[in-house]
Amino acid sequence: MELIINLAINGIAMGMLYFLIACGLTLIFGLMDVLNFSHGALFAWGAYVGIWAFDVTESFVIGLIAAILAGLILGLLTELIIIKPVYGNHIQQILITLGFMLVLAELLKVVFGPDIMAASRPGYLDGSWSFGDVTVIKYRAFIILIGLLIFIGIMLVLKFTKVGLIVRAGVMNKEMVQALGINIRLVFIGVFMVGSALAALGGALFVPNSGVAYAEMGMEFGIYAFIVVIIGGMGSVPGSLVAALLVGLSGSFMGYYYSDLSMVVTMILMFIILIFRPQGLFQVSGVSNK
Amino acid sequence: MENTLLKLEQINTHIEQFHILHNIDFEVQPGEVTVLLGRNGAGKTTTLRTIMGLNSATNGTVQFKGEDITKLPPYHIAKRGIGYVPEDQGIFYDLSVGENMRVGMRQEDDATKERMDWVLDLFPDLKKFWKKPGGQLSGGQKQMLSIARSYVNDNDLLLIDEPSKGLAPVVVEKVIESIEKMKEKTTVVLVEQNFYMASRLGDRFYILDDGITVHHGDMEQLREDEELKRKYLGIA
Repeated sequence: MELIINLAINGIAMGMLYFLIACGLTLIFGLMDVLNFSHGALFAWGAYVGIWAFDVTESFVIGLIAAILAGLILGLLTELIIIKPVYGNHIQQILITLGFMLVLAELLKVVFGPDIMAASRPGYLDGSWSFGDVTVIKYRAFIILIGLLIFIGIMLVLKFTKVGLIVRAGVMNKEMVQALGINIRLVFIGVFMVGSALAALGGALFVPNSGVAYAEMGMEFGIYAFIVVIIGGMGSVPGSLVAALLVGLSGSFMGYYYSDLSMVVTMILMFIILIFRPQGLFQVSGVSNK
Repeated sequence: MENTLLKLEQINTHIEQFHILHNIDFEVQPGEVTVLLGRNGAGKTTTLRTIMGLNSATNGTVQFKGEDITKLPPYHIAKRGIGYVPEDQGIFYDLSVGENMRVGMRQEDDATKERMDWVLDLFPDLKKFWKKPGGQLSGGQKQMLSIARSYVNDNDLLLIDEPSKGLAPVVVEKVIESIEKMKEKTTVVLVEQNFYMASRLGDRFYILDDGITVHHGDMEQLREDEELKRKYLGIA
């Protein structure tokens, strides 16, 4: 039983990291209709910047803040330089963002060196708690807590603030939002920056768990993020959370019992959703392509 | 006329490779309801979308309160004081009635609140279903919500696209009554195929055919011209 609980906790923690990277992606796709394959690279940048800032300042919190800032800045630059010229053209978006993902990964090697970077946890998050036979690793509980807080924060913003309402309305009908006097471009940029920052935060939270960061890690997590968005429903934040937890849990259990099949099961999950519920588990209703 | 609120001069609009509007001239006087009539595909909706900046005019000018707004983005045009009720109503389905109204409010001051109270008295169903998602409203309620949302801001002009479309006659009557009341407070450009509604509400009319303005004048004149109605509107 304790094995199952530990695998579940591990799966939920991984799910929260997938959620952090996917919730920005789902809003970017839902609101802006942009296929951003470079999103995963922000995860890697967050990881590297987080490790570096933690090393320099010896403060884990500053490391996380530095990763968020890096995500915001890179998100802004990506939107203005890479995405803006290719709005409305999915083929160009795929090509340019795939290329940009490779550029960002290579830039990591230029800035931080070609070797993998070792990461450590802060002392206060090291170790574990024991509840009978069940051992809960503190750092995984921390990831779950941060993921939950961010989910609640995003939902509160989307539900109760004017900006949140505009984002939700924009996912459904961008054209009408503009016709109501709202500058949708500013909303696009804001969402892109926040989405990128969350991906970077995910990276900074991930590496103390895995122990290492490498430049190509963004590609792997980027693929998982797209799977989560497809399963959860494009534009749906609660959908992203549920899908991320499904992917995290299936990865954790399959990784333990049949490690070779871990990715395969996730893919099968996506195929099933695409066949039987192509709009995803949580559909945003009345979506207009305008 | 000197106090013309909206003026389109020689407007041409293309959508992809299709030339939809051909040299449209069109004027709207303050305090009036100007009706755009014509068969399906005549260019009525494209005219409204061109005024709102949702379709770009290839050439020609759109002037609102004397200012050239032809090249402005839609959100700037809306801020100048033009409200838009699209043909599909533009309701945000997952947002409640109250949230739909709030997204539409450019300001949340006393004047806006006053207009909100007035429009909710006009459409009491909206108050009743305030927390209900927009997607779960009936067709008539969606239309009322869309009209109310456009009215809640301090707009000088409302562009309303086929408000009677798909509605039962009894609901159409309600919509007519509400626009009649709004007419006392604002100027309206109405696209309508329902001639009954158009003649009840309109002060002046323009008839479009294949993207060209073929007739315009006082609504009184159109009511009596059976040949014009038969030729361009298909009304025997």
